[in-house]
Amino acid sequence: MTMRAATTVPEFQDAPREAPLHGWMVWARRNLFPTPFDTVLNLTVAALFAWVLALVLPWVLFDATWSGDSRADCDGRGACWAFVVNRFDQFIYGFYPLDERWRVNFAIAGLALGLTALLVRGVPGKRVTGLLMLLVYPLLAFWLLKGGFLGLPEVATARWGGLMLTLVIGVSGIVLSFPLGVALALGRRSGLPVIHGFSVVFIELWRGLPMVTVLFMAIVMLPYFLPAGMKLDSLGLAVAGIVMFQSAYLAEIVRGGLQAVSKGQYEAADALGFGYWRTTFYIVLPQAIRIMIPGLVNNSISLLKDTTLVMVVGLFDLLNIVTAGSSDPDWLGTAAEGQVFVGLVFWTMCFGMSRYSQRLERSVRSRRH
Amino acid sequence: MRQRFGEVACAAAIAAFLAMPAAAQANKTVDAIKERGQVACGVSTGLSTGMSTLDDQGNWEGLEVDFCRALAAALLGDATKVSFVPLEFKVAFASLQSGAVDLLARTGTWTYSRDAELNLDWAGIYIYDGQGFMVAKDLGVASAKELDGATICVTGGSTTELTLADYFRTNGMSFTPIVGNGRDQNQQNLEAGRCDVYTNEIGGLASSRTAMANPDDWVLLPEVLSKEPTGPIVRQDDPRFRDIVYWTLAALVAAEEYDVTQANVREMATSSTNPEVKRILGTEGDFGPMLGLAKDWAVTVIEATGNYGEIFDRNLGEGSRVKLARGLNQLWSNGGLLYAPPFR
Repeated sequence: MTMRAATTVPEFQDAPREAPLHGWMVWARRNLFPTPFDTVLNLTVAALFAWVLALVLPWVLFDATWSGDSRADCDGRGACWAFVVNRFDQFIYGFYPLDERWRVNFAIAGLALGLTALLVRGVPGKRVTGLLMLLVYPLLAFWLLKGGFLGLPEVATARWGGLMLTLVIGVSGIVLSFPLGVALALGRRSGLPVIHGFSVVFIELWRGLPMVTVLFMAIVMLPYFLPAGMKLDSLGLAVAGIVMFQSAYLAEIVRGGLQAVSKGQYEAADALGFGYWRTTFYIVLPQAIRIMIPGLVNNSISLLKDTTLVMVVGLFDLLNIVTAGSSDPDWLGTAAEGQVFVGLVFWTMCFGMSRYSQRLERSVRSRRH
Repeated sequence: MRQRFGEVACAAAIAAFLAMPAAAQANKTVDAIKERGQVACGVSTGLSTGMSTLDDQGNWEGLEVDFCRALAAALLGDATKVSFVPLEFKVAFASLQSGAVDLLARTGTWTYSRDAELNLDWAGIYIYDGQGFMVAKDLGVASAKELDGATICVTGGSTTELTLADYFRTNGMSFTPIVGNGRDQNQQNLEAGRCDVYTNEIGGLASSRTAMANPDDWVLLPEVLSKEPTGPIVRQDDPRFRDIVYWTLAALVAAEEYDVTQANVREMATSSTNPEVKRILGTEGDFGPMLGLAKDWAVTVIEATGNYGEIFDRNLGEGSRVKLARGLNQLWSNGGLLYAPPFR
């Protein structure tokens, strides 16, 4: 909606003579109806918005059915949310055994706790938490989810699915590709021909391939080159493919960040007698990362959405487990409800990431001065 | 599904080329299955209603799924020893060729060029599908011949679009196509009254009908415009395995013909006087071992899944929500195409 700056209408121009104006009325007059043109524009937009809501809300809320055991329990007038309610556990945990689902809860709670400690400004001990999350948490999560040692029974990755699988692929993709991407970016800027050459070839090779092709090759072609009967883990293949892919993109973002750091910084570090590694880690990277934040988050968001491609290797991530659910004879005709649910979950995750990155940018900017 | 064939053909051709030297050992697939203790069965990604979908417990169900279970019962004596591998259409043929699965029980029409070029075999046909029409019941149309001048919903760029045009041209009728980009959209167009008729494979139409707000308001017309036979697909490297897959299907069909059901199969095995039934169920002759199976393999199969009719009814027919008529998938003796060669 059109907003006009308060300065266009001087505050004292129109003193209230008849009735005293309340705070919100002053605000509305100043921001929504400052000129006739704005008034018409805003009212039109508001009317359009109300019209859309009037069309959507009955389907989404008023006429919707919230409980039932099959589509037949929904009357067909509104959305059949019973589908999502009924299958909610499957959408979250996939085919993970019922008795072992507490393990998934623990892993997700650990992730949430760690992220909160890292992201909320007031919590102390960021460095320790960060190291714990980077070095200890992945092992802990692997032990919890996969099991098979230290007293937990094994749950095969074929039984993972739903949101949990999406998160596993998304988080491990983002976390694992970051160090690899930084290494590749530094390698590409390196003066050593072998390292430079390897980095360039790696980045250009993976950037030039569509992700679906990579997954397709992994699942269809790899069995030819493996000894008969040897079967690789589909999830492992998918994560490996995504990490390779993602690190190549990330390397180019990091390289952009590195190039944006002014030459004076390098020279000053040299003059102070800093070596290559110290210059990189204490002077250049911290500055580069500030510049890279929008690119990094952009990349992470697109990675999270790319996780839906893992159906190629036979894994049921959130999107695919929901579409499969609406093909079940009991729930035929609930495709729209499923898609809306998946869209909402993905949007929440991606929007959260984007908001956080904006806050991060602001705080980094203010810390500079 | 069929319209994406070209995209797959290239990858499949490479895979076929790579697979050639591997096709040396006989009984390769059967041995591998016995060693593994599981049949690796390629199914759809849970999207083929009535054929292979996932229930709310995450278990597979459907006609193709039940066929895999029947095969596991025949080969390993236990219908639960199946690992279901969900495969998208574009990786299905190549996955079979590379040995990632033992067979495809995943809707793929048997055609000349596929059979000739992919180095694969269709071991029988379990569903005779074909293109048909769905219309609103209150339209009062009883035959496709009455559809002159109709607006018809069809998926753009598909073979169904071509078959539709051919059918109307040969019958001297005209129609207005309303092109959608898939089943969901066509369904919505039909329900919203943007077209009078929706054309697709009959199995798909029956699912679409179930998805309608009021399934009873819609009918499928009797005409079948095209042939879409689907069945279990195997590699050509193990003729014995192909035989086992084929005769498992034949046993299911024959069981229906001789009224052998899940409930009475044990009793029939001991009490039946019909020599054919005795041979199928292993009480007479030594037929199982000829294929390297147990003597009473067919008893195990039918006890696990029921006969063909029971499987069809449970997943696609009146016992399911899809409510697909048997049509061509009826026994030959009832006017359908299902026919099992003699067990002798």
